[in-house]
Amino acid sequence: MRALIAAIGILLGWEAFVRWSEVPPFLLPSPIRVGNVLWTRWDILIGHAGTTLTEILLGMVFGSLLGASTALLLTAWRGGRRWLLPLLIASQAIPVFAIAPLLTLWMGFGLASKIAMATIIIFFPVATAFYDGLRRTEPGWLDLATTMGASRTAILWRVRVPAALPGLASGLRVAAAVAPIGAVVGEWVGASSGLGYVMLQANGRSQTDVMFAALAILASMAMVLWFVTDLLLRRMLPWQPDALSEDTSR
Amino acid sequence: MAPDLGLILPVVQLGGRPVLGACELRFGAGQVTALLGPSGVGKSTLLRLLAGLMPLPAGARILPGDGGTLAGRIAWMGQQDLLMPWLDLRGNVALGARLRGQKPDLARAHALIQSVGLAGREKARPAELSGGMRQRAALARTLMEDRPFVLMDEPFSAVDAPTRHRLQGLASGLLAGRTVLLVTHDPLEALRMAHRVLVLRPGPNGAVAADLALPASPPLRAATDPAVLTAQAALLDMLADAA
Repeated sequence: MRALIAAIGILLGWEAFVRWSEVPPFLLPSPIRVGNVLWTRWDILIGHAGTTLTEILLGMVFGSLLGASTALLLTAWRGGRRWLLPLLIASQAIPVFAIAPLLTLWMGFGLASKIAMATIIIFFPVATAFYDGLRRTEPGWLDLATTMGASRTAILWRVRVPAALPGLASGLRVAAAVAPIGAVVGEWVGASSGLGYVMLQANGRSQTDVMFAALAILASMAMVLWFVTDLLLRRMLPWQPDALSEDTSR
Repeated sequence: MAPDLGLILPVVQLGGRPVLGACELRFGAGQVTALLGPSGVGKSTLLRLLAGLMPLPAGARILPGDGGTLAGRIAWMGQQDLLMPWLDLRGNVALGARLRGQKPDLARAHALIQSVGLAGREKARPAELSGGMRQRAALARTLMEDRPFVLMDEPFSAVDAPTRHRLQGLASGLLAGRTVLLVTHDPLEALRMAHRVLVLRPGPNGAVAADLALPASPPLRAATDPAVLTAQAALLDMLADAA
């Protein structure tokens, strides 16, 4: 509720600023103008939004699966730690933006290169958050499981993994927040549809209001994605202590 | 009744420092042996050696009285309740079987939950239980393992005094017949629950254990028993000397 009031306040301030300062619309369009574009070009924009959303969601699925399995592999396989961990860190030294043109070259202008971008950008936060959780199992639980005669595999699946799920959840929340970046950067480098493509086209024609409209849709999508992810994770991990839940629910 | 448990140790070193002196100990069959001593003297080390949580040093031998091995025959109860927050009470009590890939005996789990006074809370997650209830759940989980040897590392140190008093009575009854090694910091707990009290004192070649003379009455002893109170004073003196 408060967030809604704050958003309306910002929009009103923005409108007032545009009217008062008479800034030209190609530099900063008024919110009413942007709203008008959203209304009249909704059918076109929604199609592009669908493309971007598909890229984001598929990227999240692949990136999360890849990240989580890497974390499991690093935990379960000692040799893997020695070989994979440096590789994992090194992979993050290369900016994703720098390899976007390569991915487009290799995988074409279609969905594949954007999904690959989103996957790469999601992979690291998921892998590191889950791996951290898997490493930091309460030592007492491990002692208890050992005295109960549990095998290494049983300890991994029945103790380490459930104990690390809150860590994985943090990784997935970050993933939900950064996934749109991967998709949009991919679209900027080369695409024939998607919100990033719309923004690039509109920019070239000084249709700043269209850019803002695409941006508004992208931002709403990213927020909805984050809240849905957060809600699902809370539902799935009801035991997770949340000392701040009283504050955030209001 | 559970067999007795013998332990022959050479000097046990941790990080190049002697912790436990060479010793030969025997814990009585079906009895509770309490182990006291200042912090860092090696009580937990002794317990962890027996529990198989630390590799045995060369020359060390663990000798259950029936000639078998200790592997798979101990139950462990730690300082914290160590309940898994994602499992409900019943899942926690039946944890051992699940970890070994066996089908848990749910009727037995139910009976044990009842005997620790938690009937009706089977579906509760640990976060919904009080500290005392959680410790009782941990006790039920320990008994669920149904092992002849029970190793307890300050099992009731995290709960308040009246709860601890009640838990001692409950545990004493439920552990009857098992060979128990109870590490504790609480002299009264040792004197109420134990058939034998050992005090570990640090020495130049590692800590050595000394026996404390106990009241003639068997456990569970009343905290108001004058003989218990006299023994408590003697034990406090012994601990003060050891520290």
